[in-house]
Amino acid sequence: MSEPNRARPAPDAPRRVSPGSVRRAFQPWNEPQARPIVEFRQVVKRFGAVTAVDHVSLALYPREFFALLGASGCGKTTLMRMLAGFETPDAGEILLDGVDITAVPAHLRPVNMMFQSYALFPHLSVADNIAYGLKREGLPRPEIARRVEEMLALVKLEGLGRRKPDQLSGGQRQRVALARSLAKRPKLLLLDEPMAALDRKLREATQFELMDLQSELGTTFMVVTHDQDEAMTMADRMAVMERGRLLQIAPPDLIYEAPANRYVAEFVGDINVFEARIRAVEGELVSADAPLIGAIAFDEEAVRLAAGESVAIGLRPEKIMLSHEEPPQPVNKVRGEIWDIGYLGDMTMVQVMIGGDAGRLLKVSLTNSTRRIARPFAWEDEVWLSWDVEAGLVLPP
Amino acid sequence: MRRLGPGLLLALIAGFAFLYLPIVALIAYSFNASRLVTVWGGFSTRWYHALLDNQPLLDAAWLSIRLALVSATLATCLGTLAALALARYGRFRGRTLFSAMVVAPLVMPEVITGLSLLLLFVAADVERGFWTVTIAHATLGLGFACIVVQARLVGFERSLEEAAQDLGATPLVTFATVTLPLIWPSVAAAWMLAFTLSLDDLVIASFTSGPGATTLPMRLYSAVRLGVSPEINAACTIMIAAVAVAVIASSLLLKRQRLAAG
Repeated sequence: MSEPNRARPAPDAPRRVSPGSVRRAFQPWNEPQARPIVEFRQVVKRFGAVTAVDHVSLALYPREFFALLGASGCGKTTLMRMLAGFETPDAGEILLDGVDITAVPAHLRPVNMMFQSYALFPHLSVADNIAYGLKREGLPRPEIARRVEEMLALVKLEGLGRRKPDQLSGGQRQRVALARSLAKRPKLLLLDEPMAALDRKLREATQFELMDLQSELGTTFMVVTHDQDEAMTMADRMAVMERGRLLQIAPPDLIYEAPANRYVAEFVGDINVFEARIRAVEGELVSADAPLIGAIAFDEEAVRLAAGESVAIGLRPEKIMLSHEEPPQPVNKVRGEIWDIGYLGDMTMVQVMIGGDAGRLLKVSLTNSTRRIARPFAWEDEVWLSWDVEAGLVLPP
Repeated sequence: MRRLGPGLLLALIAGFAFLYLPIVALIAYSFNASRLVTVWGGFSTRWYHALLDNQPLLDAAWLSIRLALVSATLATCLGTLAALALARYGRFRGRTLFSAMVVAPLVMPEVITGLSLLLLFVAADVERGFWTVTIAHATLGLGFACIVVQARLVGFERSLEEAAQDLGATPLVTFATVTLPLIWPSVAAAWMLAFTLSLDDLVIASFTSGPGATTLPMRLYSAVRLGVSPEINAACTIMIAAVAVAVIASSLLLKRQRLAAG
């Protein structure tokens, strides 16, 4: 325990010390002296002709909450199963605490996993399920009993130790699975779609509980999920995976606001994408022409652009403003007609057709900040869309 | 539930009568007081008492039971291992061949199985007796045991075994603490099936047994050739009862397992 810049609370610190502010200061991946707890080095896994994991390199840091996000079949579960020891890489190596564990069988790895199906042993009671790993370690009985009680308290299932898994609700089963995987105090906990079987309300509550638990225990968590809300809520950092490759590894806000490419931008959140031809570059301000829209301008510091170049521009729906009157700004505006209004309660998603009936639809989201039922916009309204120079972002292919 | 019409009901009764009337007759005549097999002379259990004095028959029964116990255990162990290999190791080289060879004794005519084993034992110069019949019956029971256990393993959630290994259990400990406790009703059912197969078998036993090892079916068959006596009826009734108990128990076990598996 000698890392100088440890920003997370120690395991025995009181809970709820504004975890948010602590989280913000936690960025070991930007610290050159930080030592990763897990490292994938050029890992490859093939199943027949399919390359499930394609030269993946990734480092996770102690106490990090890492989320691996991707559509089903992208290889994220395979990557996790290689870390647990259920699949063997065809090439590359996996290091845990600096030690190559590529050839270590699953039962000898100090890594535990919570399965998507929970995989609770149906013939054992809740307490025996939690004790299973501790018994394999050969701990004395009183110590096992004490740890089981501790784990039951941790997941708030006191008094249910004698039940069988089929006598529990879905949410309770999930907690038992979590307690069982944490009982051996692993350095690293892998969670495979941990919330997939829970209903929405329970899922939200569980997400925050899991975050609290993780900062309380100081265990490194790696979550595999296809649910972007889940990944963005919980993770310090996340990776977006597609066809066996990691497209971007970054904190959730960077993934959303500065996606590495078009796939990431379209996979995480909603986005309008259109082609534009660069007209001029003045410092960071780029002006361009887009079909159906006209003159646009945007700030761009990261990507080097030249006049005449054709690029894909992304525009998030919540960054577009809707008005009946023409906005005063000279660029970044377009006229359209409202084609569809999707009311979602907290917000409304509006589809606006630009460039006439054969044009294209742009998505605009409006926050419903008042309780007024009469909305300012209606179907077939002629409206203006406008956005800031900071809203548009260049999407590499 | 649909009610059966009179025609279908008649067909059902005829079918069951065809199947079970001979057995019912056999059981009924085993309680016949008369020495003549086909003439009813009143109710009596004298032939059951007579059985107790028939030492050769009792010896044969005792041999058959020991033989069935050992061969069923052998068949269940090997059949379970074969089922695990088929269900667990995916598409290994020669899987189809292995699978076909394990279940071949099920469809092979018993005469051929018996004859080929006899030729093997003669060629290997093995003295025929208790152990040769045991091995022959284990061969027969193995295929059945394998199929019963494999059916359970197909529906077995693989992640349970992975979870056990993830928590530090070696593959052997995983089998003992997770796999076996969950599949044991199938294993027990497989054992009972193999047990009854061995108890019933006449053909293979006739080929593979030696002078000192006469099984119960062999003894009954040779007795019948000299004329059916009510004593034989009594012996058969006891055997039917034993087999029925084993079959019903094994089907109850499998049913219980299906309920548990949800």
